[in-house]
Formats: sequence, C-alpha cells, structure tokens
Amino acid sequence: MSDATSSTPFVRRDGIFDRILVVGSAGACVALLGMLAMVLLDIVIGGSGRISLEFLTAAPSNGMTEGGIFPAIVGTALLTFLMTIAAVPAGVATAVYLNEYAPTNSTLARVVRVSIANLAGVPSIVFGLFGLGFFVSTLGRAIDVTLFSGELTFARPSLLWAALTLSVLTLPVVVVATEEALRAVPRELRDASLALGATRFETVVRIVLPEALGGILTGAILAVSRGAGEVAPIMFTGAAYFLPQLPSHLNDAFMNLGYHVYVLATQSPDVEKTKPILYGTALVLLMLTFLLNVVAVILRSRTRGKLKPAL
Amino acid sequence: MSDAASSKSSGAARTLDLRRRPRRFERIAEAAIVAVALLSIVSVALILVFVGKEALPVLYSSVVHEEVTPLAMILPREINGHAAYLWQPVSEIPKYNIVPLFLGSLKVTVVALLFAVPTSVAAAVYCAEYASSRMREFLKPAIELMAGVPSVVAGFFALVVLASWIQRAFGTEHRLNAMVAGLGLAFATCPVIFSVSEDALRAVPQSYRTAALALGSTPTQALLRVILPAALPGIGAGVMLGFGRAIGETLIVVLASGNAALVDLNLGHSTRTVTATIAQELGEVVVGSAHYHVLFALGALLFLVTFVVNVITERALHRSRQSLSGSK
Repeated sequence: MSDATSSTPFVRRDGIFDRILVVGSAGACVALLGMLAMVLLDIVIGGSGRISLEFLTAAPSNGMTEGGIFPAIVGTALLTFLMTIAAVPAGVATAVYLNEYAPTNSTLARVVRVSIANLAGVPSIVFGLFGLGFFVSTLGRAIDVTLFSGELTFARPSLLWAALTLSVLTLPVVVVATEEALRAVPRELRDASLALGATRFETVVRIVLPEALGGILTGAILAVSRGAGEVAPIMFTGAAYFLPQLPSHLNDAFMNLGYHVYVLATQSPDVEKTKPILYGTALVLLMLTFLLNVVAVILRSRTRGKLKPAL
Repeated sequence: MSDAASSKSSGAARTLDLRRRPRRFERIAEAAIVAVALLSIVSVALILVFVGKEALPVLYSSVVHEEVTPLAMILPREINGHAAYLWQPVSEIPKYNIVPLFLGSLKVTVVALLFAVPTSVAAAVYCAEYASSRMREFLKPAIELMAGVPSVVAGFFALVVLASWIQRAFGTEHRLNAMVAGLGLAFATCPVIFSVSEDALRAVPQSYRTAALALGSTPTQALLRVILPAALPGIGAGVMLGFGRAIGETLIVVLASGNAALVDLNLGHSTRTVTATIAQELGEVVVGSAHYHVLFALGALLFLVTFVVNVITERALHRSRQSLSGSK
C-alpha cells in the first residue's frame, strides 16, 4: 500500500484499509460500551426483583439467606460520610496549596504531586494492610494505652479506622478534581481580587474556591462513589461479616454493601439460596456508586461549559 | 516575600499596608494549608513504613525462619524426587512459596492486558480521531463510567455470568480460571488505558496532522505514522497504569480466579494471585506469626511493583508532555 500511495502522492484514497480502521476502532468503542451495558443489565435484571421495602429496611436473617441489608446500607453510608469529612477538606487544601500557594518549580510541590500520583497507584489491598498495621495496631493501641489504660477500645477494626484508611485512598481523587477546577478559574479573577486589596487567603476563600465549587463537588462525589465501592481496604480495618445491630460508636465494626457481596459470594454455604440477595445487594451498591458517577459526569460537563466563556 | 521583609525592617512600609487582616492570620492560614498538603507525603511514607515494618521480619526474625526462609519462598522444594513450588500456609508443614502467587498475578494481568490494550487504544483512536465532537462528548464519559462500577460488582458478574459463558465457549477444565479472572480484570483496566490514551492522542498538536496532510499523506497515514507515534509515550503510560491497576486489583480476582495456587500456564486452570491470597488469608492469621509476616511481605512486594510502575509512568508522561510542547 505504501508503494501505491507514494507513486500517486496527490490522490487521497479512502481505501479498504482506511475503512477497516474506522470501523474497527468504532467497534472497539461499541465493545467497551457493550461490556458496561452487559454488567449493568445483568445486575439490574437479576436484582430488581429482590428490591423491596423489606429488603432495604430489614436486617439479614436465617444465616443471611433471608431478610434485608439495612445494616449494610447504614454501614456504607456512615463509612463514606466519615471518609468524606476527612478526605475532602484535606484534598481541597492540598489542591489549593499546589495551585495557589506553591511557587513555580517548587520542590515541595513536586514531591507532593509525586506522592499523590503514587497514592493513586497503590493497590487497594495494600491500603488494607496499611490500615491494619498503622491505624488499628499502632495508633489504636497507642490510644488504648494512653487513654483507656490498655483496655481494648480502639486497637481493633472499626468504623473510624476503615473510614480513615479509605480517606487516604480517595485523597488523590479529590486533589486531582479540585486542581482541575482551580486551574479553570481565570487568572484575571485572582488579579482583580488582589488588586482590590484582598489578601491571598481571602482571594482563595472568597473568589477562587466559590468559582471552583462545581469541580470540587465533582471530586467529592467521585470520592464518595469510589469509597462506597471499595472492599479490600476495609476487610481488615472494620467491616464485619454479620452484625444485626447498627454501629453506634466510632470504634464499632460495621456491615458494608461491597463486603456483604464478597462474603456471600465466597463463604456462603448455599450459593443458590443467597443468589437473589447477592444480586439485590450488588444492585443497591451499583445504583449508589454508578448513579453518583453519572451525577459527577454531568456536573463536570456543566461546570466546564460555565467557565468557558469567562476564559 | 520581599514585601514581608521590608515591612519588618521599616515602619514606613507598615503604615502603607492597606490590608485589613493582620499578617499573622495569613501566615497561619498558609502554614495550615502547607501542613495539610504534606499529609500526602506523610501518607506514602507511613504506608512504606508500616507495611515494611511487618514485612521485614521475613528477612531477619527467627520466629519466621523456623517456618520459612526468604530463599524457601522463591526456590522450589524437593518432593518425591521432583521440584515443586507450593503455597500451603496452613498445612502441617507450612509451605510459603510465593512463585505460584506471582505467576498467577502475572497470568491474569497478561490476559487482561491482551484484551484491554487493543480494545482501549482502538476506542481511544476512534474518540480522538474519527468521532465528531458531539459524539466524543458522549463517548468519552460513557466509557469512563466503566470505572464507576465497583470491582466487587464486576467480580460478581465474572463469577456468576462470565464464568459460565467461558466454560460453555472453551470447555475449560475449571469453571473459575485465569481467563475468567483476566477478562473480569479487563473491565477495570479498560477505562484507565482508554482515558489516558485518548488524552495522549488529543495532546498531539494539530500542526502535526496538518503538516502530514500538507505533505500529501492520507488521513490514515497521518494517523499511523505521525499522530500515533507522537502519542506513543502517553499511550505507553496508559498501558503501564493499566498494568498497575490489574496486578493490584483484588476483588475481581478473588471472586473469579478459583484461588488454587497452581504452577502452570494453562488459562483454563484455576489460579491464585498475590492480592487474593492476602485478602483471603490475612483475616485468619495470628498477628506476629510467620504466615502474618509473609502476607505483609507479599503486600510490600506488590507495593514495590506498583511504585516502580508509577515512577516509570510519571517519567514517560512528563517526557512526552515536554517533547510535544517543545516542538509546537
């Protein structure tokens, strides 16, 4: 083919090869979307029959082959809520440092960026090991020794430690989204604010952050979605197999939707019997994480559209 | 900076200061922000220290060495006259050979990448080169939504549905095997590779294309000989990220791989990965036992692998950004 084209260099040929490329690459897009649709459809079809008010509001019963998943829903909500409280302020502050405070070519900023990139690449199961080794065994034990005279209170897997482990895991999500939003805020706004006599901090708090709010919210939603779906980091740091009562303290263990799916799928004595519950739980989890993602995507495209004319 | 210095040295500068808030508040706020930014560095350091702390006894602790030495973790064991690599941590004589686990991880990762790389890069090419801007605005976020499916749900799908399909199609010996786990993993890997590759393709300056077309190449030639090569470092970075994602993924493989620590290359056989081993065994080990430390050592090795992958990826991305912007 190269022979033919080089001898007739001025003819644009839309040959069979070109068409194969277009059709093939379009087919790849279809394949990916098809995979996504397949998983979504299967879970929705398999799970929708199970969803009922009782399923959403009752505790598991009869060896987890009957009843609902209420404790797992509450546990997941509490977990992601605590995680958000820790991860979002820290992530936003980190992004503000990187984008607003750090001098150009600052070594510290570079190291922070490398750390964020590395955190994003650490396997989630390693976060679980870290949470167990640091939060539960070290920090928890230190708290017990100093505050509870050695009595076992915080040196065990709990809501607090699982949430903190997850917040470290989701920190990069918040930082990356916030930084993108901050970068989209026009420089002129900062200059105008500073020229009018506002300090740097005032400019950040009153001008830059409100302008970037949409992007920050996107990051927070993505972090919640990510945190709600993760299982590996909480396996050893707080998730429990079966707990009929809801967690009432930060140092209580908790049930979790993703962990519930994992446990039922791997350790149930009667898989056929638990399959409807499995599908139902997977559907609730998927709705939660997937819908949050859809919201984030829409929010992101809107805020991008809004800021464009200002540039 | 110089402003602050001058205000300290002379009172005149201070009277000229029109800012309402005292400087001290500014400085405290800035210090707080920097301190929080440092948390990310501290976190990475803490992960290194606390995973390493529990992993290192494998190298020196006599308690661990009663059961296993570092060499025994990688060298085969002589059994009935032939060499075997065994991971049997709870048998009467515990055996902790990590070769089958890393082989298992590699097997499922290779399967995942064999599927994910061509599919994702091709989809990225379509998005960046052929799709209308409207089409692209739909396609890119839609494909990236794959990343919004929790891995435990993808793993559950692989376990219940995909495994049956594959067994019917290939007549595999074990229902849950490396192929099922690998294809399940592809679900988590595709959005990563797609997203990074698409960004890389779109970062190639328009002038490259116009120059190629002006010199008489067809759009296909421009794509294959100019744009793709220019985007290659970025695409490579995407593949590396996908590799890191696949080898570190836990829930999909724990549900779909069958979890038997076999040493073979048969994709139809059940397989056990490093991540799945940690997930399944750490909950039941005695803290401080040899088994406990070996599992942390597995985690530390995994961390090192992904760390190296990350550093290489960052370098590649940095370099490709520089070379593309430098020649604009």
